[in-house]
Amino acid sequence: MMEKYRIDQKKGMEFGLYTLGDHIANPFTGKRISAQQRIQEIIELAKLAEQAGLDFFSVGESHQDYFTTQAHSVVLAAIAQATNNIKIGSSSTIISTSDPVRVYEDFAAIDLISDGRAEIIAGRASRIGLFDLLGYDVQDYEALFEEKFNLLLQINENEKLSWEGQYRAPLKDAKVLPRPKDNTLPIWRAVGGTPASAMKAGYTGVPMMLATLGGPASAFKNVIDAYRETAKRSGHDTAELPVGVTGFFHVAETSQDALKQIYPYINEGMKLTNGQGFPKQAFAQAKDKRSVINVGSPQEVIEKILYQYELFGHQRYLAQMDFGGVPFEQLAKNIEVIAEEILPAIRKYTGKNQGE
Amino acid sequence: MNVIGLSGSIVGSKTRTAMDVVAKEINEKYPEAEFQLIDLKDYDLQFSDGRNYLDYSGDTASVTRKIMEADVIIIGTPVFQASIPASLKNIFDLLPAGAFRDKVVSFFITAGSSKHYLVADYQLKPTLAYMKAQIVQTYVYIEEKSFQQKELIDDDVSFRLERLVEDTLDTFEAAECVRKRKEDSYGF
Repeated sequence: MMEKYRIDQKKGMEFGLYTLGDHIANPFTGKRISAQQRIQEIIELAKLAEQAGLDFFSVGESHQDYFTTQAHSVVLAAIAQATNNIKIGSSSTIISTSDPVRVYEDFAAIDLISDGRAEIIAGRASRIGLFDLLGYDVQDYEALFEEKFNLLLQINENEKLSWEGQYRAPLKDAKVLPRPKDNTLPIWRAVGGTPASAMKAGYTGVPMMLATLGGPASAFKNVIDAYRETAKRSGHDTAELPVGVTGFFHVAETSQDALKQIYPYINEGMKLTNGQGFPKQAFAQAKDKRSVINVGSPQEVIEKILYQYELFGHQRYLAQMDFGGVPFEQLAKNIEVIAEEILPAIRKYTGKNQGE
Repeated sequence: MNVIGLSGSIVGSKTRTAMDVVAKEINEKYPEAEFQLIDLKDYDLQFSDGRNYLDYSGDTASVTRKIMEADVIIIGTPVFQASIPASLKNIFDLLPAGAFRDKVVSFFITAGSSKHYLVADYQLKPTLAYMKAQIVQTYVYIEEKSFQQKELIDDDVSFRLERLVEDTLDTFEAAECVRKRKEDSYGF
């Protein structure tokens, strides 16, 4: 049912990693690795994720201080070449401040390099410095996204198209080449957590990638319900529309250790990139199984992810484990635990659930 | 401890006059506090357009950053059209939701008459509460008649401002104590 988005539900829920490509000093040491090392470690991380059998790896663009993957499609091209099986994508591509034609050309090329593994997750940006940097007016924030996202979808469906809009020169019988391996790319809409934002993905009938920071998982169920209801009302078949959910992830022997190890990265990272830390009191509630923050012992995290799966019925979970200057060894260790303990449990449960 | 005195109007003198009394009180009695006065008259601020405060430039960037870095904020505000002035509301609008988490906020009001004494309770406190401030419940309402030639001449008001400063810094000490104890209890 979800072939168009290259998702085989019989295999169970997909498990992937995503990075924003942040470039932040390790709060425990105060030291920051070079931008070059960070980019190379991201490519290395994608290779590890592939070796561990993960389904997906994605890189986002943020055009401001403390980030290093502004040219995320270039990084993804390197990952495409360095890996063989894992699906790869953007998380997200800010389509508002890009030319959809160029974005499509880039990702179609990545798809050919990777032999049909590339996807686009298009978002609107939470910080807006890139509007000034790239020469756009932030007053057009919403209109820019809607128009350009729509054009991107049209390019995906039509090898040749004519198009006219407000924010880009018209296209007249234009061919956007190369075409991806299977002629179309999976294109998702990134959603920031409110029902209103989710409903926009529902209206268009595109897959939704829902970002979560914290709070109870049940709060996000309402968002997913709103998405599916809106999609249905707009005449789309929700059985064909995958839902992805992203959030913080870290495992250690005990939940106490896990919280202790990861909190400073997240708190300091949010201060630098968002202007406010993560309140400790709210983070402490990650100990509860109902919390959407997947931090804890491997067994606890498995229980949480499966609880979320029961609630959401989502097709893909993307873990964010590298935010805030987390050293590479810690990431490698997480991936080891995912491969050995978490993935087998999740696949067994969610694969079986799909009536295999 | 980082204390900011925020004088919320770009016109008139009463709010700034009272704020100077507060500043003197803090500097004399609490030398350990780092007090900084932000008089909105001295800055050229943009209206909030919803962006993250880190994405502004110039005065808008420096004022919002200073407020975000503060531990304690003492607001002084006049009453305009039965409410707080737009200049002060704009500061709140520029900041993120939850901007006053782990901060103590207290305030005094200056006004032409007693007719608007509920403005603080009905309009300022709900906004501060929404933004997660630890609010010092008692505030000082100062009328026109307490000023003469840009001087505060009312001993009662000056006693009350003294108590306001004391209550504010005590509240901060207590709130810090609670916060620390709570955070220590999490063990991470």
